[in-house]
Amino acid sequence: MTGKLTKKQKKWLRRIELGAVGFVVLEVLAHVGAFDGGRWWLGLLTALVPYLIVGWDVIRKSIRNISHGEVFDENFLMMVATFGAFGIGEYPEAVAVMLLYQIGELFQNYATGKSRESISQLMSIAPETALVERGQETEEVDPDEVEVGETIVVRPGEKIPLDGEVIEGSSMLDTSALTGESVPRSVHAGDSVISGCVNGKGTLKIRTTKRYEDSTVAKILELVENATDMKTRVENFVTRFARVYTPIVTVGALILAVIPPLILGGGAQTWISWIRRACIFLVVSCPCALVISVPLGFFGGIGAASRIGVLVKGSNYLEMLARVKTIVFDKTGTLTKGEFRVTEVAPSDQFERMTDEPKLQLLEMAAYAEAYSTHPVAESIRAAWAEASAKEAPKSYISQDTTRIGQAEEIAGHGVLAVVDGRQILAGNEKLMQKYGISLPEGVSGSASESIPESIPEGGSENVLESIPESPWRIADGSAGKDGQDASGGGTVVYVACDGTFAGRIVISDVLKEGVPEAIRSLKEEGVSETVMLTGDNASAAKEIARQAGVDKVYALLLPADKVRIVEQLIKKEKGKGALAFAGDGINDAPVLMRSDVGIAMGLIGSDAAIEAADIVLMDDDVRKIAQTVRIARKTMGIIRANITFAIAVKIGILVLSALGVANMWMAIFGDVGVLILCILNAMRLLGHRRKAVPGGVPGAAG
Amino acid sequence: MKRKYKLDEIDCANCALKLENAIKEVNGVSNAKVNYMTQKLTLEADESEFEAVEKDVLAVCRRMEPDMDVAAV
Repeated sequence: MTGKLTKKQKKWLRRIELGAVGFVVLEVLAHVGAFDGGRWWLGLLTALVPYLIVGWDVIRKSIRNISHGEVFDENFLMMVATFGAFGIGEYPEAVAVMLLYQIGELFQNYATGKSRESISQLMSIAPETALVERGQETEEVDPDEVEVGETIVVRPGEKIPLDGEVIEGSSMLDTSALTGESVPRSVHAGDSVISGCVNGKGTLKIRTTKRYEDSTVAKILELVENATDMKTRVENFVTRFARVYTPIVTVGALILAVIPPLILGGGAQTWISWIRRACIFLVVSCPCALVISVPLGFFGGIGAASRIGVLVKGSNYLEMLARVKTIVFDKTGTLTKGEFRVTEVAPSDQFERMTDEPKLQLLEMAAYAEAYSTHPVAESIRAAWAEASAKEAPKSYISQDTTRIGQAEEIAGHGVLAVVDGRQILAGNEKLMQKYGISLPEGVSGSASESIPESIPEGGSENVLESIPESPWRIADGSAGKDGQDASGGGTVVYVACDGTFAGRIVISDVLKEGVPEAIRSLKEEGVSETVMLTGDNASAAKEIARQAGVDKVYALLLPADKVRIVEQLIKKEKGKGALAFAGDGINDAPVLMRSDVGIAMGLIGSDAAIEAADIVLMDDDVRKIAQTVRIARKTMGIIRANITFAIAVKIGILVLSALGVANMWMAIFGDVGVLILCILNAMRLLGHRRKAVPGGVPGAAG
Repeated sequence: MKRKYKLDEIDCANCALKLENAIKEVNGVSNAKVNYMTQKLTLEADESEFEAVEKDVLAVCRRMEPDMDVAAV
């Protein structure tokens, strides 16, 4: 432990050790009767040596502060308490009080230094230097001095000092300091990279796109530094408490020392007894344990969150998050990936009887028909075909053989008509099938359509789809999507026909992000009572995603302004009971993020807009981290409240006991130093152990 | 305007709290925060009188924490 102490702390510790030795000597001498028989002056001298070694600075400070008119400070109170003890002949107690007071102070100093260190280790993403190419030379400079557009070289194992774009080389990046994600990310020329990542085995040349002060690293460091500047409710309480506590106790001590002996009369013994009680008051008059618990607790909580890649911009947001009862999610980009995938391939019965591998065949027909289309739907069909055929055949087979395509024609708003292997293939929406007289089997067409409100009704709450039925994909809503394909069951349906016969359909939809149902479940376990999803999409798409995700409520067909209105309504409903958090991708949700009690944004690794607008940023976009952060927030608040309650209870208990004459000086010392140390140890639990990659768990917060 | 100062060093959490309260009392200070964990003082005051306010605040720091160094960040 000594190795990690600062110079100042070492000196401090040395004095405490010397004082402790002196204290033992004093006790032994007193025990063997060295001070008996009128030799009290010898005892006083023996006590003064360790007392002054340990407490000279306390006395110096308090005298200086009195001359400045600052009376009620700990130094002064400690001086009065120990002088009082000397005055009534309790020499060992005087030394012990001073000794233990200093131990408590040193421990406080050590603990805060330690937790500061552990945060900065966590945030050890700050680069010290940057290697810049200037002319023929490469120079090592301060990251501050690098201009936008310069080329920097990042060697293996080094930190990327500034945000930029890779122009040469490829490597794997360790982003764990930023995202908590332990799987390295591979980068090549053309990829943009953010500062703070650690380069793997390849050397990278990067053209900078931002100055250091605007780079991700600098922004994050600034945010974490300032996070504990934010005032929390619990801190306001402690501040107010501390402001009245010390003066009341000090005045109480004065009254206790003077009034009862005057009233009761009696000799020196009475005075000594009451002065001793007053000294006990003074020893427990410092609210240190309470005051340190708040910043140390929040510091630990914010540290634990950043360890899992969650940036909390202020202690107050952590405090608010602990009270969250409703979480509202935006759909696209938050719960879903925002990219389209083939989610279902359904060959017709007839087609199934005709071919060996109907699904693959159907995909292949569609992929070839749409070979020249750049539409996202076409791209996702081709991707799905390539993936499916890779499983079935050697790789060489996968690239499309365009000689098989005889003719391809795009029919705007309908789909494509192509000749593949001499067969006429149609791929498109229902209108295309109708146009070419292809009859769709029962239950396939959009006949089972639901009625979807055309516009947003006033009040907005009519948009809520309270119950989410098990919706089979084939319930098409009948409304033509903007690209002419039918939206259905949360997706787009492409009908495929071969030589005039319906062959089957392919459903393409936005897919749920990994771990979303798990994320919603664990939020419930954390005591979140309601989960809500907002989306501008149509009702059936929204319902399907909501059902898969497991959210309680869905509001569909929303315009951005509707989202703000709905969040406001929900906040009103929540009023007084809990808080509301909104989670969005942070790019076009800024108004809602601001309006909600806690705005959570997907960081998309360093998206400026998200970091600006949100209160909490998920650096790796993993919504599961929300529940983990709620858990950290609850734990933080629990520890802080436990500390405050414990400290107040012990102090008041000791005050009462000492007024009654039951408490002794040792109990008072426990009430001061003991409580302080216990509170610090409790708060430091949040910092936990070293970073561990525990998927789904809360590393560190459990220790 | 807002300015930050590094404090070297403020020994206890309660001292930080008391210093913060004292700084807030200084005329012209619109807001102040002494962060014990980061050992930083954030001072807010009107731009036009900032220098005068800063002088008074530094005097308060010297009075309350004579051993502490204050350096603008």
